[in-house]
Amino acid sequence: MTMPQSNRASLWHVLNAAGDLSNNSLWGANARVKLNDLVRASVLGGRAEELRGRSVLILTGDQLTAGSALIELDGIARRMVLCPSDARLEHLPVIIDSAEVDAMVADGTTLGAPLPSVGRVVPCGTNPVAANYDRNTPCETEWILLTSGTTGVPKLVVHTLSSLAGAIEIRGTPSNPMVWSTFYDIRRYGGLQIFLRALFAGASLVLSSAQESTADYLLRAGACGVTHISGTPSHWRRALMSPEASRIAPQYVRLSGEIADQAILNHLHSFYSQARVAHAFASTEAGVAFAVTDGLAGFPASLIGTRAGVEMKVEDSALRIRSNRTADRYLGSNVEPIKDTDGFVDTGDMLELRDARYYFVGRRDGVINVGGLKVHPEEVEAVINRHPQVRMSLVRTRKNPITGAIVVADVVLCTTPAYAHEAIRELQKDILLYCREALPAHKVPAAIKFVPSLAVAETGKLIRHHA
Amino acid sequence: MSIRDEVIVQFKQVAKEQGKRLAPLEDGLPLLESGLDSLCFAIVVARLEDVLGVDPFSAAAAEEAPFPVTLGDFVRFYDNAAK
Repeated sequence: MTMPQSNRASLWHVLNAAGDLSNNSLWGANARVKLNDLVRASVLGGRAEELRGRSVLILTGDQLTAGSALIELDGIARRMVLCPSDARLEHLPVIIDSAEVDAMVADGTTLGAPLPSVGRVVPCGTNPVAANYDRNTPCETEWILLTSGTTGVPKLVVHTLSSLAGAIEIRGTPSNPMVWSTFYDIRRYGGLQIFLRALFAGASLVLSSAQESTADYLLRAGACGVTHISGTPSHWRRALMSPEASRIAPQYVRLSGEIADQAILNHLHSFYSQARVAHAFASTEAGVAFAVTDGLAGFPASLIGTRAGVEMKVEDSALRIRSNRTADRYLGSNVEPIKDTDGFVDTGDMLELRDARYYFVGRRDGVINVGGLKVHPEEVEAVINRHPQVRMSLVRTRKNPITGAIVVADVVLCTTPAYAHEAIRELQKDILLYCREALPAHKVPAAIKFVPSLAVAETGKLIRHHA
Repeated sequence: MSIRDEVIVQFKQVAKEQGKRLAPLEDGLPLLESGLDSLCFAIVVARLEDVLGVDPFSAAAAEEAPFPVTLGDFVRFYDNAAK
């Protein structure tokens, strides 16, 4: 059963219609806000009316205050610009200009620097005060998400609650209370999906924090009794390296944001044997396209075509998506269209068809060219990650005078090797053997280096430096 | 290990990994008849750079100096670069 549309008029309407909220909260690292208070009270000191019709920059250091403000302002503000914790101060003027920002919500912990001047500033806290706004004629607020490019100014992607929540169905009241959590920042698309899923179900949500270690987050999530939890494959590989991974006992484990290879799916299945493990495909621009629950990497070729309101096609080996969940447009001057002339979003994610199943092989712009032959780093990583002693890997390009480039790999092992030099060489050889059995010669790394860790961005994705 | 020994080790190792049949490694052996293809040479050069700390091919390309033709040239190429 899906909710009547009027209950989705704004996030406040969603929450107000979500049933008994009395035991449920948004949990931050240091504080919590009860969902009931988010319906009846204000985290903005009762000042949301001052932001009616405005384009509001949500610039808080903390996810809890940001999430609370989003609930309060959806349907009231004209726009909400979601600044994640890793937003760069030097990009703010362009963001403010492009989104025509004329107000700001801040929590006093923002960026540790002087705030930009945008007109009205409303402080946001975690102690709600009584407030009663006119919710009878909500506007369709634009939600502005920043894309996560590692360099340059982020793009501003326009969504609405309707496009963001297009994949969310409420199927009655669950028999057991759900407690959601996500490794993601909820101001990124992947995290926002979980934020909305929790609120649409009227469930508690445990927020992560950029200031907190993976171990501390897992401890907190475990203490709150998390049942549903999501992150990128890199988040999950890091979590499984933590001794606190066993503190949570989820019923549902979700991966998105990066390619879920068979190795991480298998590890999660065996570590959280009671959980359903799903991997979803979504991007900020294309929205949520599908989730796969059969425990296998890739997705059935039968998903290509039209299904559940999402059309998918493969063009020049890349996945293209059309649905009412895709973003509307980019904001700013001189921006390219988000969709092609037929309304499809080109995801830039490259696919390979094998035995009636499509596998993601990597990003179009991440290809390494070895003497004219293409290599997607991710397809090599997927093979390396199958080795039982490997936790995660990063395949990258290395300049070469003969072939222009060759492939090399940095590998994190499950346990820190205390081996002699000889044993390390043997392990390198063994991993290379895995690669040679599964990959053509030009895709096999010319060198393997064991490293203690790999850099993961705030987005939860491995940091890749494209040549 | 001398540079010559290191070169021979890498030739043999890469040939083995790539399933290539290596011709007898004598100084007069033309590299193109060694049994190694360009991917093999790319790997040999990368690994020699790791071991010896020099990549004379990149330096030669920059100076437009001639590339080695025989195995003997190849060893001298690295000998000179390592000096």
